[in-house]
Amino acid sequence: MCGIAGALSLNGAPPVEPAGLERMLALLRHRGPEMAGVFSNEMAALGQARLSIIDLAGGLQPIGNEDGTHWVVVNGEVFNYVELTTQLRARGHRFRTRSDSEVIVHLYEDVGPALLDELNGQYAFALWDGRHRRLVLARDRVGIHPLFYTVVGGALLFASEIKALLSDPRVSRRVDLMALDQLFTYWSALPGRTMFEGIREVPAGHYLVAEPGMAEPVLTQYWSPGYQPRGFRSGPELEEEAYAERLRELLVDATRLRLRADVPVGAYLSGGLDSSAIAAIVRHHTGTPLETFSVVFDDPTFDERSFQERMAKALGTEHHVVECRQHDIGRVFPDVIWHTETPMLRTAPAPLFLLSDLVHRRGLKVVLTGEGADEFLAGYDVFKEALVRRFWARRPDSRLRPALLRRLYDWLPDMERTNQAYLEAFFRQGLTETADPVYSHLLRWRNTSRLKMLFSAETRHALASYDSRPELDSLLDPGLASWDPLSQAQYLEVRTFLTPYLLSSQGDRMLMAHAVEGRFPFLDHRLIEFAATIPAHMRMLGLNEKRVLKRAVRDIVPTEIRRRPKQPYRAPISGAFCGPEAPEYVQELLAPQAVAAANLFDPKAISRLLAKCQAAPHLGENDNMALVGALSAQLWHQTFIAGFPEPCSGTPVEVVRVGADVSLAAPA
Amino acid sequence: MRVIKITDSAAIRRQIHDYIVANFLFDTGDVKDDASLMGEGVLDSTGVLEMVLFVEERLGVSVSDEEVLPENFDSIDSLVAFVAAKQPTAAPAGNLSSGA
Repeated sequence: MCGIAGALSLNGAPPVEPAGLERMLALLRHRGPEMAGVFSNEMAALGQARLSIIDLAGGLQPIGNEDGTHWVVVNGEVFNYVELTTQLRARGHRFRTRSDSEVIVHLYEDVGPALLDELNGQYAFALWDGRHRRLVLARDRVGIHPLFYTVVGGALLFASEIKALLSDPRVSRRVDLMALDQLFTYWSALPGRTMFEGIREVPAGHYLVAEPGMAEPVLTQYWSPGYQPRGFRSGPELEEEAYAERLRELLVDATRLRLRADVPVGAYLSGGLDSSAIAAIVRHHTGTPLETFSVVFDDPTFDERSFQERMAKALGTEHHVVECRQHDIGRVFPDVIWHTETPMLRTAPAPLFLLSDLVHRRGLKVVLTGEGADEFLAGYDVFKEALVRRFWARRPDSRLRPALLRRLYDWLPDMERTNQAYLEAFFRQGLTETADPVYSHLLRWRNTSRLKMLFSAETRHALASYDSRPELDSLLDPGLASWDPLSQAQYLEVRTFLTPYLLSSQGDRMLMAHAVEGRFPFLDHRLIEFAATIPAHMRMLGLNEKRVLKRAVRDIVPTEIRRRPKQPYRAPISGAFCGPEAPEYVQELLAPQAVAAANLFDPKAISRLLAKCQAAPHLGENDNMALVGALSAQLWHQTFIAGFPEPCSGTPVEVVRVGADVSLAAPA
Repeated sequence: MRVIKITDSAAIRRQIHDYIVANFLFDTGDVKDDASLMGEGVLDSTGVLEMVLFVEERLGVSVSDEEVLPENFDSIDSLVAFVAAKQPTAAPAGNLSSGA
């Protein structure tokens, strides 16, 4: 795991000064603190800040092919490199390293961008194709690793994180207000966009090709999650047990592949089913000794320590915990925003920032986690919500049907206190719009959109005629309307939340803040593709979520973990920012002058919101989202737009230059 | 979600039985076909609605509030009779879609 950066000249001028590339790499140093390598010629420059996991001694990047025509820098892992190396050797390729990254450059030589179909892994890479004078940027299927780019001043610049791009004086730092609107609708900017105008991401499952003289780089999608049309099956429907067995086999194999590392691998334990399943598989199906890691909360509303301890004890792992108190969230939140590079509506990344720090201090570089099971095996409440609302919508006048709303979000403490009339009024909004393929998420998006009332007059004016729906629709699978409702909901959750938020703000960015690589067995593409063939009524049986997974792991995950009601991972909000231990920056950044200066929000509205929070520490869900949204946006604006720090000059990166063509690599 | 059109009451019985055992008993026990589901504590008032949701989604019958009565929903036997009577026998066999 590492950070990559570089540039391509589009107009014939040198793509980037050597010192500029070093500056970019210095800003990625947290991702790869051990060493940096660069390759450059008059057209292209590639650099990598390295964290060694496979082939510790020999894996220096960039890596070239046999004759030095192709060069690659990779962030991430190709897990099936052992098998691919054997095939490539048989075809006559000579390998210089034992690094998994080297397969990319040889495989590219043989098949070009079609190599992406053969990789099982998590990666973002940049490849210089000297034969065609072409730069290829690619990202793994679900977007586990980040990759951003911008076209400016006759060059295309790319990097694992936006801050590296911002270090180039040619790049201007401007807010993308449309992205802000999207964040306050979908909980994240839509795929492709970032919060910065003019800075784009290579979307998950895509590759980008750029050549000198091209007006615009060309993006191509090579993979997307998908489902079969309703009522259509390519094969016979099997018994539930057969699906469970196949799922188990795939999960064991996906986990085994992800234990390939030349360093010890740990695992996160949330106390829920998914991470328990992964840890149990490591314990029961491999000989790997295991250390496990958990966050515990002082607030019992969020704490799952009893389940974590029971699981760790059942597995006999060496278990470590970090306690997250409310004020810890406030304390680390500015660092969190530095790493996420986007505002957010939740504080859930903050405890994970503390957790990766614990892993790092224990000396581990790799952890397995359970992300992806809720999306692909149907675990989320939003799926049940859609099912119950469709059920109700078939007889909107039914007096009985709304009673099932009580089965939703039963982990929310507010839910018990909410009276039935309010619940019905809330969930009745848009009840009968069931023909819309995004029905499952419409209520959430509309509810979140109300927070835009906090925007400043100028922001609202600029967005007055903006509707993000056409952009959303353009990103969705053309077959979406033909899928069953559960598959539609799962797909939307993956495209609008898993990839742009969970795997980024709550995943890669929090892990890499402390140079820890996350690995996600549930995101193995073979497992994702298999899960899509499980009939919807088995993925979720009535309102019983992740049914096939529970069955698949029934002999290795204790009953109390399998049966416990699902508790989504959440973290405290208002208490972290408004209690007696509130950090000073809250008052400063939400003061009317500061809010007016950033001009994203209305100063009066924000003052009232803050006063409400300070007067009554227990806020409702919407006010909590509003508070985190406004505070994180103010922090983000201060950090990246109003000012931008110089890279830490006290810790220069040790840079090694590689490759025969070093015309641009002479010291500046 | 796909709907099964079944005219064979044994198949309906199996679907309903398996759902109850999996969803309300968590595969820990069994329930007799003539046992009172409310009486044995298998179903509570929201559980009955989960049953209604299931027969609509999976067995393709439509249920009104007035039909949510113990005589239709309180045992596997009564459920099977209710569903069999409601399923349109003239409908062609095969999979139909529900939902949207």
